[in-house]
Amino acid sequence: MLLQVNDLNISYKEVRAVHGVSFSIEEGELVSIIGANGAGKTSILNALIGLVPCGRQSSIFFSGKDITSLPSHERARKGIRIVPERARVFPRLTVYENLLTGIYGLRAKVDLKERLEWLYGFFPVLEERREQYSHTLSGGEQQQLAIARALISEPKVLLVDEISMGLMPLLVEKVFEILGDLNRKFGITILIVEQNALASLRISNRAYVLEAGRIVMKGNASMLIQDKRIREAYLGI
Amino acid sequence: MSSYVITVSIFIVIQAIVAYGLNIIVGYAGQISLGHAAFFGIGAYSAALLSTRAGMVFWVAAPLVMLITGGIGLILGLPSLRVRADFLAITTIGINFIVEALFLYVPFFGGALGIGGIPRVRFMGLRLFGTSYLGLCLLCLGAVILVSWWFTKCWAGLACMALGEDETAASSMGISPVRFKLLAFVIGTAMAGLGGALYAHQMRFIAPSDFGFPVSVMILSLIVLGGMGTLWGPLIGAIILGALPEIFRPFTEYRMLLYGVILLIMIRFQPSGLLGEDSIIRKILKKYWTGGNDEK
Repeated sequence: MLLQVNDLNISYKEVRAVHGVSFSIEEGELVSIIGANGAGKTSILNALIGLVPCGRQSSIFFSGKDITSLPSHERARKGIRIVPERARVFPRLTVYENLLTGIYGLRAKVDLKERLEWLYGFFPVLEERREQYSHTLSGGEQQQLAIARALISEPKVLLVDEISMGLMPLLVEKVFEILGDLNRKFGITILIVEQNALASLRISNRAYVLEAGRIVMKGNASMLIQDKRIREAYLGI
Repeated sequence: MSSYVITVSIFIVIQAIVAYGLNIIVGYAGQISLGHAAFFGIGAYSAALLSTRAGMVFWVAAPLVMLITGGIGLILGLPSLRVRADFLAITTIGINFIVEALFLYVPFFGGALGIGGIPRVRFMGLRLFGTSYLGLCLLCLGAVILVSWWFTKCWAGLACMALGEDETAASSMGISPVRFKLLAFVIGTAMAGLGGALYAHQMRFIAPSDFGFPVSVMILSLIVLGGMGTLWGPLIGAIILGALPEIFRPFTEYRMLLYGVILLIMIRFQPSGLLGEDSIIRKILKKYWTGGNDEK
């Protein structure tokens, strides 16, 4: 088990956003957590990278080690990387500098030139714009930069937060295609949290359905996509 | 050059050195500080005490002064780990007042009378003053600019800038907020300490009020004017704000008013400073230097 989350509780002051959520991800899997706005998806990802504290009984294991109390920058070093909601690239750094921040502390372990070549193959636009300030990129380009910035460190697991948000449909398709390729061709373990259930279920192995902070359903993605309740609630069919 | 021009130049250079320190903290690492004069003062007082009480020569004392100031900067930078933005601004103002009060009320620091009789810097038996002291100050300024330039190019600098832009995103990239905020504070305050040492040996008499809150505001104005987070901004800002009061000497009472007006105009029309990104001057320079080829 690469990532194991037990009884995750997240509260913001008195408001509890996530109630006793447990899930796990095997190495090489692509797993989705789908749910509506405010279901607690982003909270779960933020807890995984250590940006929000989780409740007392909660525990998070990564490669068999308890990381529940590690600060986020140490989790990043262990190989957990996130593509944050709305990309959050560093606006006044250039595209290239943004990519460099991704391998901070791992310079010795990563072959920068080879990694860049590999990434530019996926996202040619990043090579064209490498000297441009990243705030001059379009929304879609910033998302690509955010993915590349996370991938450059050869992460063990990639967390992807609402990547479809604010992207035009054509780009959403392309980005999901890339995520699917990364998983199938390069064996990268990916956890996606998404509102766009159809797009993420299509490329996933397994999925969890989150409602009001609780997991209400789980199973193989191919099975869930056929499920009547899912189709009604999330796919609008 | 007349000795008047030289003296004004020396003060401009010293202010620029201190401003480069603040630029590291505010401009690059994005940690707002309104108490930078405290470190300028700590540098000046350390230099004054080391030379008058311990009889140390400048060349030995100066590195020590930077160590002391940087060390205190490390401790006083700790609040930046807990509080952000406006709260940090208020905390640093508080630090400035506390440090000034310590200078004023602790007898060891000479109280309201300050410390006098600070010797001139000697170099191979020669007393440095006027042009030769300006030369020393310029050398120090050169070193400080070099360190700033190196900072924008090295990994630690990149980490600091990423932190300044978006702390959450940076820490999820593996960048430790604690380490790099403190690093910025140490480098920035050590530079202020160097400026303080040069100031003490130029004035040869220092008092607590030289390092009060208005001085912090002035240093911040200077980098806002020149362009925060740019390599040449602090120098341009120091030259303009340093020379203006001399040019407008007849209106000396209106100096603070002038600062205020300049700051307001800058924030309204050129928020990133004279040399900041997208500023008019930068666009013009780019046009002439690169022939209009937009590279960066």
